[in-house]
Amino acid sequence: MKYYVAKRAINVLFIVFAVSVIIFLLIRLAPGDPAITMAGEHASAVTLARMRTEWGLNKPLIVQYFVWLRHALRGDFGQSILTHQSVLVELVQRFPNTLELSIFAMTFATIIGVLAGIVSAVRRYSFFDYASMIVALFGVSMPVFWLAIILIMIFGIRLNLLPTGGRLGVMYSITPITHLYLLDSLLEFRFPAFLDALKHLILPSLALGTIPMAFVARITRSSMLDVMSQDYIRTARSKGLGEKAVIIKHALRNALIPILTAAGTEFAGLMGGAVLTETIFSWPGLGTYIVQAVSARDYPAVQGAVIFVALIVALVSLIVDIFYSYVDPRIRYE
Amino acid sequence: MKRTLVIALVLVLGVSLLAGCKPVAKQPVTFVFAKGDAVELDPADVTDGESVTVMNNIFEGLVRYKSGSTEVEPCLATSWDTSSDGLVWTFHLRKNVKFQDGTPFNADAVVFSYERQRDTNHPFHQYGKWEYWGWCFSEIAKTEKVDDSTVKITLSQPFAPFLSTMAMFTMDVVSPTNCDKWKDQWFAHPVGTGPFSFVEWVKGDHVTLEKNANYWGTEPKIDTLIFRVIDDPSSRYLALQKGEVQGMEFPNPTDLPKITQDSTLTVLSAPGLNVGYLAMNMGTDTPGFQKPFADVRVRQAINYAINKKDIVSQLYKGTAIPAVNPIPPTLWGYNDTVQDYSYDPAKAKELLKEAGYPNGFKTNLWAMPVSRPYMFDPKAIATAIQADLKQVGIDAEIVTYDWGTYLTKTEAGEQAMCLLGWTADYADPDDFLYVLLDSDAATVGSAGNVAFYRNATVHTLNKEAQMTTDLNKRIDLYKQVQQIVHDDAPWVPLAYATQTLVFAKNVKGFVLYPTGDYHFDTVSFDTSK
Repeated sequence: MKYYVAKRAINVLFIVFAVSVIIFLLIRLAPGDPAITMAGEHASAVTLARMRTEWGLNKPLIVQYFVWLRHALRGDFGQSILTHQSVLVELVQRFPNTLELSIFAMTFATIIGVLAGIVSAVRRYSFFDYASMIVALFGVSMPVFWLAIILIMIFGIRLNLLPTGGRLGVMYSITPITHLYLLDSLLEFRFPAFLDALKHLILPSLALGTIPMAFVARITRSSMLDVMSQDYIRTARSKGLGEKAVIIKHALRNALIPILTAAGTEFAGLMGGAVLTETIFSWPGLGTYIVQAVSARDYPAVQGAVIFVALIVALVSLIVDIFYSYVDPRIRYE
Repeated sequence: MKRTLVIALVLVLGVSLLAGCKPVAKQPVTFVFAKGDAVELDPADVTDGESVTVMNNIFEGLVRYKSGSTEVEPCLATSWDTSSDGLVWTFHLRKNVKFQDGTPFNADAVVFSYERQRDTNHPFHQYGKWEYWGWCFSEIAKTEKVDDSTVKITLSQPFAPFLSTMAMFTMDVVSPTNCDKWKDQWFAHPVGTGPFSFVEWVKGDHVTLEKNANYWGTEPKIDTLIFRVIDDPSSRYLALQKGEVQGMEFPNPTDLPKITQDSTLTVLSAPGLNVGYLAMNMGTDTPGFQKPFADVRVRQAINYAINKKDIVSQLYKGTAIPAVNPIPPTLWGYNDTVQDYSYDPAKAKELLKEAGYPNGFKTNLWAMPVSRPYMFDPKAIATAIQADLKQVGIDAEIVTYDWGTYLTKTEAGEQAMCLLGWTADYADPDDFLYVLLDSDAATVGSAGNVAFYRNATVHTLNKEAQMTTDLNKRIDLYKQVQQIVHDDAPWVPLAYATQTLVFAKNVKGFVLYPTGDYHFDTVSFDTSK
């Protein structure tokens, strides 16, 4: 087991390194440069050259990369060109926002997805099965920005039930402890603020969770169907077990591995910050940070953010891998 | 019995109705405005409009723009005098003004605010990049205290537009004690003398300000001013429809028709301090020079050949108005007697024939690779101009480079015609007419004047306007420059981009400034509806 974890960890490091090289080159290949974004119409060739020198952008690419890598290895992602602030500090400030939204969206996606999947599998070819699978198909194929706007128009404006965006209403303010607003408001015993934070979470979670939910529902259904036709299910039934026990104890447990994989991958993806959802709901997470950094061609910020996200995604999938090799000892990734 | 009951009921109802109308103790007014996030809140260390919007309400400078105009009026200085050689400006400061943290406002604060930007040995110089100081204030030699309420600023050369530059956010006065308290984190804890004081900034979410109870000027009408970060323009509009915010900036052009029709909203729109133009290269010493452009008739013909109105109405999607002069009509000194060249292809052909090009000629037209407010979609605009020129026989090939290369090459004059534009930082015709059209700015390799237009009279007038501090005299000089530029036609002025803000109907008192500044101290809104 130790050997396995070590091997996977080295794998993660290699992936992050590869990502760092790719993003370093990619952002520099994109047209436009930070000096021009900053100087705008003031840009005379002299001003631009001075700014580039100041940021070390006049050095050869390979030198720039190793200078950056040396600092990054010491945990120093450099200073944002746009805000003149430490990139790492800004990322750490924003990460809890993304984390809260991802956890909420994934909880919703998993509960609804797994339930719908089980019922569809048990009542195969029933009306519910067809309906939920059509909805799931719709969910996987729907563009998220469209869904987000529709949700805002229905629940935010027509029904006037939920806010259109942001994390908290303007009348509340929370002293951040964990930066997870739901938790912080409870820690301070501020229930109105808690309810308000919860309200702000619903629509973005729905928008963000729909695709993972649909995905989880489809995987659960097929995995359950697979398991339900196994001999041990027939054995369980023939020894007179109740249907409930058969499904929950025998079938679901064995069907769990692919579901876990699916949910884990989706969750890792969400943690990287959902660019579209965060933008539309003005959610100040990693996604909006990356958008801002890319549009300003803020090289240190883009590099830092992408590496940060790559690390998180890799870590989450590592944890999922370890977790299900634990759930099912037969599985070991080679 | 029944009757008494009815009367009693009516009475109760009546009283409760009255109670509803009576203004119960004044409710604090919270106003929420949707915009992008600030980057920093140190007025001297920012380059972006989103930060400036917030700081406009916290900080003040020695002078400011008159409400809704580009004319300068006293603010933290009550008056000023200039030495006869125009080098020394003495400002007399307003007395009994305090910063929001209680620090008295005086000459020391002014010297601190400016010297930290200029003097590389100043202990606070290390906390900022001070980009704008380098761009706009390099002519300031030093700032000195004369006495507690008098400050002397010495310039290295006489420069009348200096007064306009003093109204820029870069020259806002900051509280020295507060800077000292926060050191390098000061940018997140701003303290000025303005109508609103800073409460909190949750990055990426909102900035909260509250009414400065000790403000020296007119008391603001709203108690709490919140700038909520909503980056997506469509989401801003949704939040405004719902009433979560009472105002927003930069609506999506595609949403504009819907917004204009919405009777619950007010749209404010006016041209900003910018111009988008097509420049024709007249510099015989540049590599891109082509002979036809030396002839004024050819340049005028091109002005007649381009259907400017159609380009602006169809390609800018309602975010600009057609340009006539190099400076926008909202700037003082604008010459409204200049008659724009009409769209007249026949006249254009005639002029070309006179100039000796009856069958037109081959040339190139450079198009910017990036969209700017004054050049909404450069590629589409270039294509439209190309088609218009084709009509009169001129065959223009469209050329484009990445933005950095584009600027470097046009500054070196490698083009025959190019699209470009300018957004001014301070409201002075000098920032257009000198920077973009003077012979001083036409040095090959670093030209701001990419038409390489070198007119000796224009130069003399521009220089004279830089030396004189008499506003009426300056207006007169700049009007003359505009007429000459119009006749010489080194440009086709294309468009002035407008700034658009949308407010809920019950919001009153917001004034658009051509500089794009937002001041919320005059804003009120009726919360009873």
